[in-house]
Amino acid sequence: MTTMNAVATAGGGSRRRRSRLGWNLLGLLVFLTAGFPVYWMLNTAIKPAKDTIDPDPSLFPTGFTLSNFSRALDIADFWGPVGRSLIVSLSVVAIGIVVGMLAALAISRFAFRGRKIVIVGILAVQMVPLVAMIIPVFLLLNDLHQYDKLTGLIITYLTFILPFTVWTLRGFIVNIPRELEEAAMVDGCSRTAAFVRVVFPLLAPGMVATSVYGFIQAWNEYLYALMLLSQEHQTATVWLGNFTTKHGTEYAPMMAGATMMAVPIVVLFLLVQRKMAAGLTAGAVKG
Amino acid sequence: MSAADTTTPAKVPPPRQAPPPPPVAKAPRRGGTSGGAATPWLLLAPCLLILALVLGYPLFRLVTLSFQKFGQSQLWGFQPADWVGFHNFSGVLGDSEFWQVVVRTIVFAAGSVVFTMVLGMLIALLLQRVSGWVKTLVNIALVASWGMPIIVATTVFKWLFDADYGILNALLSKLPGVDLIGHNWFASGPQGLAVIMLLVVWGAVPFVVITLSAGLTQVPAELEEAARLDGAGAWGVFRYVTLPILKPIIVMLTTLSVIWDMGVFPQVFVMRNGHPEQEFQLLTTYSYDRAFVVNDYAQGSAIALITVVLLLGVVAVYMRQMLKIGEVE
Repeated sequence: MTTMNAVATAGGGSRRRRSRLGWNLLGLLVFLTAGFPVYWMLNTAIKPAKDTIDPDPSLFPTGFTLSNFSRALDIADFWGPVGRSLIVSLSVVAIGIVVGMLAALAISRFAFRGRKIVIVGILAVQMVPLVAMIIPVFLLLNDLHQYDKLTGLIITYLTFILPFTVWTLRGFIVNIPRELEEAAMVDGCSRTAAFVRVVFPLLAPGMVATSVYGFIQAWNEYLYALMLLSQEHQTATVWLGNFTTKHGTEYAPMMAGATMMAVPIVVLFLLVQRKMAAGLTAGAVKG
Repeated sequence: MSAADTTTPAKVPPPRQAPPPPPVAKAPRRGGTSGGAATPWLLLAPCLLILALVLGYPLFRLVTLSFQKFGQSQLWGFQPADWVGFHNFSGVLGDSEFWQVVVRTIVFAAGSVVFTMVLGMLIALLLQRVSGWVKTLVNIALVASWGMPIIVATTVFKWLFDADYGILNALLSKLPGVDLIGHNWFASGPQGLAVIMLLVVWGAVPFVVITLSAGLTQVPAELEEAARLDGAGAWGVFRYVTLPILKPIIVMLTTLSVIWDMGVFPQVFVMRNGHPEQEFQLLTTYSYDRAFVVNDYAQGSAIALITVVLLLGVVAVYMRQMLKIGEVE
C-alpha cells in the first residue's frame, strides 16, 4: 500500500490522486458501515411508528414525529431510573476520584517498600472479570443488608472504577515533571502546598477526563444494576429492557428510549475524547 | 532482509529506556523528602480498604463457595454451608454440556478478538491514507459507536436483525438470489452468536483503531523511507518496520480484548431476552444460569472460578507488558 504512494509520487500527480480516491471510497464505506447502527436508531426513533412495521423499510426518514419519545416515557417511569443512575454514577465518581487520587499520588510520587506489589495488585484486580464476581458480591450485599439499596450498588461499582482511576491518574501525574514541585519547595512551599498550587492545576484536565470516563462506565453498567436492585428501583440501563414484553418488542419507542440513553453519553464521550487527548499531549510535550 | 536488519526496533527503544537511571539515583532523596515511610501507606489506605472489602473478600468468597454446598436453603440461612471438597468441580467437569460451553466460549472469544484486531489494524492503516475530511467522518462514526452504551447497542442490533421488520433482511433480500424475508437469525446458536460477535466487534473496533492510530504516528517516517529505499514492498515495510514498533500496543490490545470478549455477558443476555437458550450459553451466562436460575450458587461459583483461571495466563502477559511500560516511565 505504501509503495503505491511512493510509486505515485515518482510517477506523477494523477495516479496519486486516483489511489487517494480509492482509499477515500474505502474510508466512506467504513464510515457508512460503522455509523449505520447509530443512524438507524435515530431514524427509527423519529419516524412514525407505523412505518417501522413495514416489511420493505425505506432507508431514509419518512417523516418526523416525537410520538415515539412520549410513548417511551409512558411505558415505564423514565425519570426515576435516570435519577437513580445519576445518584449512583455521581457518587461513584466523587468517591472514586478522591480515593483514587490519593492512591495514585502514593504510587507515582513516593518510593516505598511494597510499591511494586501495590501496582501489580491494582493492575491485577482490573483484570478480574466482573461477571465472575456477581455471585459472591450478591451474597455479600445480602449479608450486609445492602441488597436493593443504591449504596450497595455504589460500593460495588467502586471495584471497577477505582483501579482504572488510580492507573489513569498515575499516568497523568508521572507526566508532570517532578522538578516543578521541587522548585516550589525550594521557594518555601511545603510538600502539600507544592502539590495544591503546582501539580493540582496541571492535573485538572486529566482529572476531569478520568471522572467523565468513570461516570460513563458506571452509567452504562447493566448486570449488577439488574441483579442488585429490584424492579421498582431499576436504573436507566435496566429501564431499556421494559420494551420487550410477552407480546413482543415495541421497537419504535425502544429506539426512542435508546436515543435518550445514548445521546447524552455519546456527547459526554466526545467531550472527554478531546480533553483526554489534550491532557495526554500536554504531558507528552514535556516528557 | 537488510531492511529488517537496519531497521530493527531494537535501535529505537534505547533513548526511551535511557531516563530510568536518574530516578534510581534520586530515590533516596525522594524517600527523605516524603516525610516518613508511613505517608504513602496512609494515602493508599482508603483505596486498599475499599478494594479489600468489595473485591478481595468476594474473591475469597468465590473460592470458598466453590468448595461448599450452597443453594437456596443456605442463602436464607436455614442450613449451614457444608464443605464438600471438589464435589462442585467434579460435577461441572464431568458434565458434557460444560465442555460444549467452554469450546463455544473459546471459539466465540477467539473469533471476536481476531476480527477486532485485524479490522482495527486495517482501518487504522486506511486512516493514514485518506483525505482529512474522510478521516474526520470515520472518526466521528467510530467515537459514536464506541460511546454507545452496550445495552443500547444491543437493542439496536436486535432491531437491525429483527426477523420481520429488520432492515438487514430487507436489504440483503434485494441482492439477486438472496431471500431472507422473515429469516430468524436467532433460530440457531451458531448464527445467533455470529450476530452477537458482530455486535461485539462493532463495539470494540473503535478503541483498537484509535489506539493503533496514535501508535502509528510514533512510527518514524525515516525508518519506513529507509526500508523502502532498501527495496521493501508495502508488506515488507509493514511486517519489518511498522509491526515491530507497534508490538507492545498490539500485545496490550490483544490481551485486553481476550479478557473483555471472554467476559461478554449483557449482549447475549439482552439479545435472548434474559433467557439464553442452551445453544447460546457462554461461560459467563452459564455460570449465571447455574447460580440464579438453578439456584446452585456453589456450582455457579465453581464455573466462574474456572473462567478466571482460564484467563490467568492472558492476564500474566498483559501485566508484564503494563509493568514494562510502568518501568520506562
